[in-house]
Amino acid sequence: MYQSMAEIASICEMNKISFWECVQREDCIEQAMSPEENFEKMKQMYRAMRAADYAYDPNQMSRSGLSGRDGAKIAAARQQGKLLCGDFIGRVMERAVKMGESNACMKRIVAAPTAGSCGVLPAVLLSLQEEKGYSDDEMTRALYVAAGIGGVIASRAFLAGASGGCQAEIGSASSIAAGAAAYLCSGSVMTISHAAALAMKNLLGLACDPVAGLVEVPCVKRNVIGAVNALTSADLACAGVESRIPADEVFDAMRAIGRSLPENIRETGLGGLAGTPTGVSLRERLEKL
Amino acid sequence: MNLFDIVGPVMVGPSSSHTAGAAKIGSVARRLLGEEVAEAEILFHGSFQATGRGHGTDKALLAGLMGLHVDDPLIPLSFEIADGKGLKYHFGDIDLGDVHPNSVKLLLTGYSGKKLEVVAASIGGGRIEINEVDGLANTFSGDYPTLIIQNQDQPGLIAEIACVLAGFQINIATLQLYRTGRGGQAVTVIECDNEVPADVVEELGHEQGILKVAYLSMED
Repeated sequence: MYQSMAEIASICEMNKISFWECVQREDCIEQAMSPEENFEKMKQMYRAMRAADYAYDPNQMSRSGLSGRDGAKIAAARQQGKLLCGDFIGRVMERAVKMGESNACMKRIVAAPTAGSCGVLPAVLLSLQEEKGYSDDEMTRALYVAAGIGGVIASRAFLAGASGGCQAEIGSASSIAAGAAAYLCSGSVMTISHAAALAMKNLLGLACDPVAGLVEVPCVKRNVIGAVNALTSADLACAGVESRIPADEVFDAMRAIGRSLPENIRETGLGGLAGTPTGVSLRERLEKL
Repeated sequence: MNLFDIVGPVMVGPSSSHTAGAAKIGSVARRLLGEEVAEAEILFHGSFQATGRGHGTDKALLAGLMGLHVDDPLIPLSFEIADGKGLKYHFGDIDLGDVHPNSVKLLLTGYSGKKLEVVAASIGGGRIEINEVDGLANTFSGDYPTLIIQNQDQPGLIAEIACVLAGFQINIATLQLYRTGRGGQAVTVIECDNEVPADVVEELGHEQGILKVAYLSMED
C-alpha cells in the first residue's frame, strides 16, 4: 500500500492513470493477482455491502439490548416525509444506522475499515448508486479509491479505536468515503485528496468511548455523521473548495492527536460517554446479565 | 496488510478485533493442530476477558476452532453446534502479563490425542498475531503458509531448511529466529509464499537437529 496521497498523485500523473488504477496495480503486484481477479474480488466486497444492507432485520435487538430497531424508525420518518434533511440524506442516515445495528446483532457486514464504522461506506455508496444510477463496475472503482486512501491512513496513522480513538475509525471511514464519493462525481486525483482531507479534519480528536466497551453506544449512530460528513466534504471538494492542509499532513495530525489521547478514551470503555453516570449504570446492568 | 484488509473482511459483527480476530485465531489454531479439535480450554486475557462476552468473542473463537469462517452466519450459534458435535469446551480467565490486551491462550486436544498450546492476540481490523506455540515465543500473522520449527541452535541448520524448501521451489516470505540462549533450544518461523506439501513438512522433521515441526496451512 502507498505511504502518501502525494505518491499516488505523482504515479497517476507519471503513468497517466486514474487513482483507482494506481491503487489496483500496486495490490495486484503485492498479492500476485491478475487485475481481473482483483477487480472481481473488490466487486464482491461491494455486493456483500449491498447484501448486508438488504439483510437488515427491523425487529432484531443486540445481545446487550442497547442496539436495534432505530433504522426502521428512520425509514418510517423518511417515508412520511418528516425528515428535515430530505429523502436522499434520509436514505444515507437510514443505511448507516441499519448497518451499524446489523453489526451489533452479529450479522454479516463488511468491515470498512473497521466493523464499528461499517455503516459509513455502504451508506454513502449504495445511496449514491441508487440516486445516480452508476454501474456496479463504477462503484467497484470507487471502492478502490476508498481502499487506497485507507491504506495511506493505515500507514501514516491508524485505523483502530484502541490506537487512535474514534477519529481513526469513523474519521477514517468518513475520509475514505469522501474520496470515493468525489471520484464518482468525476473528481480529479487532487479533488479526491481534498475531499478525504476535509472529511478527516472535521472528525479529528473524536474519542472512542463505547459504553461497557461494546461496539454499540455511540458507535452505531456515529456512522451517520461519518456518512453525511463524507458527502458534504465530497461536495465541497467537487465545488472547488480546497483543504488548506494537504491530506497527508491531516493524516499525520490524526496520528499525533491519537497518540496524545489518554487511554481512557481509546476503546477502554472507561472515559467519555462510557464514564457518564448512565454509561456506568448500563455497564453494571450488563455485567449482571 | 492489503487493500482487502481496508475494505474488508466480510465478517460477522460486532467487532473486527473481538469477533473476526477471535474467529481467525480459532481457525489458525485448528489448522496448527492439524486435526479436528476434541477438547478446548480457552483462557481470555485483558480486554478479551473484560468485553469479550458482549462482542461474541467466545462464540467466534469456538466457531473458528470448528472451521467456521469469519463471515459464517452460524457464528452466533457456535455453542449449539459444538454441543451437537460433542466438542468439549471450557472458557476461563488468565493473566498473561505484559501482552497485547486482546490476547487468549488455547489448550487444545485433537481427536487423536494430539495436544497444542497457543497464545495469540487480535491486533485490530481482524488481523492477528500468534505469539506462542507450545510454550515457545515467536510471532507470525497466520496470513501465510507457516512452518514453526523447534530446533537445536547449531550452525548450518537454517541453510539445510532453506535448501529443502528451495528444492521444492518454495519461496520464503519472512524468516524469524528465536532462541533460549546460545546452543540452546531455538524456534525458526518461516512464512512461505506457497503451500508446503505434507511430505516436505515430514522431511524437515527428519533433519538432524530438528525437534518438532508444526505447519500452518492456508487450506482447511
